[in-house]
Amino acid sequence: MASTDIATGTLERHGLSDDQLRAIFRNMLLQRQLDNRGFQLNRQGKVPFALGSEGHEALQAGAAMAFNRGLDVLAPYYRDLGLCLGIGLSPYEILLSIFARASDHNGGRQFPNHYSSKAAGLMSFSSILAAHLPHAVGAAYAIKYRGETGRAVLATCGDGTTSEGEWHESMNFASIHKLPFVMLVENNEWAISTPLAKQMAEPQIWKRAAGYGMPGRRFNGFDPIETYAAVKEAMDRARSGGGPTLVEGTCYRYLAHSTDDNDMTYRTREMVAERRKQDPVPAFEAVLIEHGIVTAGDVAAMRKSVLDETNEATDTAEMQPYPQPSDLYTNIYEGAWQPWQS
Amino acid sequence: MAVVSADSTVMNNVEAVRATLYEALKNDDRTVIIGEDVGARGNVFLITKDFVAEFGEHRVIDTPIAEASIVGIAIGMAMEGLRPIAEIQFADFIYPSFNQIVGEAAKTRYRSNGEYTCPLVIRTPYGGGVRGALSHSVSVEALFYHVPGLKIVAPSFPADVKGLLNTAIDDPDPVLFLEHKKTYRLIKGEVPNGHYTIPFGKANVLKEGTQLTVVSYGLYVHWAVEAARALQDDGLSVEVIDLRSIRPMDKTTILNSVEKTRKLLIIHEDNKFGGIGAEISAMVAEEALFHLDAPIRRLCGPDVPAMGYALPLEEEFMSSPAEMADAMREMVKF
Repeated sequence: MASTDIATGTLERHGLSDDQLRAIFRNMLLQRQLDNRGFQLNRQGKVPFALGSEGHEALQAGAAMAFNRGLDVLAPYYRDLGLCLGIGLSPYEILLSIFARASDHNGGRQFPNHYSSKAAGLMSFSSILAAHLPHAVGAAYAIKYRGETGRAVLATCGDGTTSEGEWHESMNFASIHKLPFVMLVENNEWAISTPLAKQMAEPQIWKRAAGYGMPGRRFNGFDPIETYAAVKEAMDRARSGGGPTLVEGTCYRYLAHSTDDNDMTYRTREMVAERRKQDPVPAFEAVLIEHGIVTAGDVAAMRKSVLDETNEATDTAEMQPYPQPSDLYTNIYEGAWQPWQS
Repeated sequence: MAVVSADSTVMNNVEAVRATLYEALKNDDRTVIIGEDVGARGNVFLITKDFVAEFGEHRVIDTPIAEASIVGIAIGMAMEGLRPIAEIQFADFIYPSFNQIVGEAAKTRYRSNGEYTCPLVIRTPYGGGVRGALSHSVSVEALFYHVPGLKIVAPSFPADVKGLLNTAIDDPDPVLFLEHKKTYRLIKGEVPNGHYTIPFGKANVLKEGTQLTVVSYGLYVHWAVEAARALQDDGLSVEVIDLRSIRPMDKTTILNSVEKTRKLLIIHEDNKFGGIGAEISAMVAEEALFHLDAPIRRLCGPDVPAMGYALPLEEEFMSSPAEMADAMREMVKF
């Protein structure tokens, strides 16, 4: 967990202010609350499907703090609730996605967690893993092509996606053209039911960076400060013309893949419980209290405000209308459309 | 390229593609070309020859051999404000990019409810008759015309190549632009000078006739006209329609013609089963069945994986102008 200088007893905070550290922690609390809300709504029969990011909280809250709003582009995957919150999406927008309401960015078309927001620089993506990575590289090419220094694309994926051909193709092209591109791998050790050992012979994904001729780094994704430092270093290099970086954060998937998955068919309660001992949320809370950045009272107040915000977002989003059946036929092409033209 | 008048220039199809791409690069800084061997080599058919010297490597982008990401990177460029023209070197190599075209480009606007769009052109040479064997001869249109979100055009004449490619480049949605490689240097024609566009979804009546409607596109449309002209000497009157645009497709021109001639023959190089001809047949059956005096007939590629390299295998796969004339004669006499 977040490193403390042994000699001075001070927290190595990599330039993060108290306010930023508290914002990271609040994001982590909000992620967990919203994650649970999706699963609760599913178990209540109110939504057909939910996906969780539990175990990724520190990694995503720390990485999001290295994202420059209004400049950078995020190309995430479907287990990136905290990153999307961290770059500016609201709990209300998350709940609109969970409830598939008409005013959701995607108009209720996509699964939950497939967020997009042009205003936030959040690229639209599908459920097909690694298909978004060439898009991220193309966006990075456009940024470099226009000479827009100070901007970079942060692309993310899980360990499972690193087996796809387009993962390789994207890394290769980004490096050939020294694009403003950062590949952040959230290694939670599971591709649904398939463990790392069956995904790759070399489990240290960051080592592949050498093969692409780009810098690579692995960090503890349970530590949001270490995450921030690694991602910020990579993003700064990308923004200033230094080319792409592969950063790998280690974490763990505490929940099943989705509400439709039973992870007890391929792992045991004991395996998960053992990794729960490293749970980044209470661990980071302890660090912040130890260093006087928050009090126990502050934490209780934050938990209450996160719960209140989630409840209000849930109630408001649930009241919003579904898309109309006629919305099925819009935004296929620009303008009206028939395949047969007369 | 011979200038025949102040208003037009004679070009072949390669020259028409090249001239149109050149103008696109010249007129819009957002335009980039991305594909295999498009730079120093100038594309394997020399379509982009010398472009890199004039426009630079950052606008005429040689890629690694990686078709999925050629299309995928172009999608990302389009989402971020550029106007990419991607090239798949041969249509046979488009399969690795199938998901990027069908799962991503065609759904970008739809899945984001219009927040993101994908103004992208994917050009690719297709078709046989060039001893291209199993992997340099295929027709791919039927694999893609099932997909809402895509537009597909397959022009046959240099003037149509220019007008439809300009429309594709201006289009706010992804367009698959199919160029029959046998027609590249075989077919020459006058091309109007200056910028013009031809709307998608408009077929062209190449030859008027009263006894049979033939619908075709690509290389075969040229052979169909040749066959129909030969039959004219025997007093047979065959109308030949060049579809030009496959998605969207022009219903009115087909129905007007069929209601006049009362017979329909569809000719295409792609496999018959599940091909473009099946959709046209179904549409005519739905909309004009009682105008027909004969069963609809399709003269198409056989249900085999591809045409072989050996000449007899290629010739057996493809229809000849003589076979087309025979089919037309039988239909007229039915």
